[in-house]
Amino acid sequence: MRVWLLLAIVVLAGTAGEISVTRAMKRIGEVHHFNPRALLGVLGRAFRIGWMWLGLGLLAMAFFSLLALLSWENVSFVVPLTALSYVVGALMAKIFLKEEVDRIRWIGVLLVVVGVVLVWVG
Amino acid sequence: MSVASRVRMKTYVLIVLMVAFGAMGDVLLGKGMRESGGISLGSFGSFVDGIVRGFHNNLVWVGILSLIIFFLCYMLVLSWADYSFVSPASAISYAVVTFLGWMLLGEAVNSTRWLGVLVICLGVFLVGHTPTRTTGEIE
Repeated sequence: MRVWLLLAIVVLAGTAGEISVTRAMKRIGEVHHFNPRALLGVLGRAFRIGWMWLGLGLLAMAFFSLLALLSWENVSFVVPLTALSYVVGALMAKIFLKEEVDRIRWIGVLLVVVGVVLVWVG
Repeated sequence: MSVASRVRMKTYVLIVLMVAFGAMGDVLLGKGMRESGGISLGSFGSFVDGIVRGFHNNLVWVGILSLIIFFLCYMLVLSWADYSFVSPASAISYAVVTFLGWMLLGEAVNSTRWLGVLVICLGVFLVGHTPTRTTGEIE
């Protein structure tokens, strides 16, 4: 039971964390300059956005849940199941970021999930 | 080059950097942690102990630096590209890591895993042919 609960946290918190980081970065807008000074500026702005901190918190939570999970279960059991994150991620991006996930992108996402499962189960 | 193809190019370059630094970080961190004795998940004390020992290993630091660069690239690419584009596209790293392990380390890769590599490549190819960005600015 606690294995499935932790797995749900890894997938949901991990994906929600990345969606939050995306939200923060979309607020900053497209980065055009990549010199060290410009990059520091982007970082400075990112860390003044609440979504960024929420995202990092959720990602930390997912990371430590994954560590705990790996202490009980085999990697080849855990990683294929976390591949579900790609589906959850596409769904959340559609709902919370209003991204258009067309049919081709969905098929691509599903193939990626199947592929990751095969690589780890094989 | 048109604006759209320039953005697409920029996206691909950052995803390649993500895959390179992410994989390098994972490998170095893993190698460094094993060198320093590994993390025991037995008790909280021994867990913290393992992490502290890891910090005395240089490979661990290079690995962490690598992962920080990975995350920075991830942040940058998400400033313009769709999450639902970048996230599945970066799964190409599973295929790259399997291939490199086979080529450089002589790891055995069975037919199921090769099939997985092929299916991942196909999935990333499809995702790669969708628009990199489908939203405007978000407030």
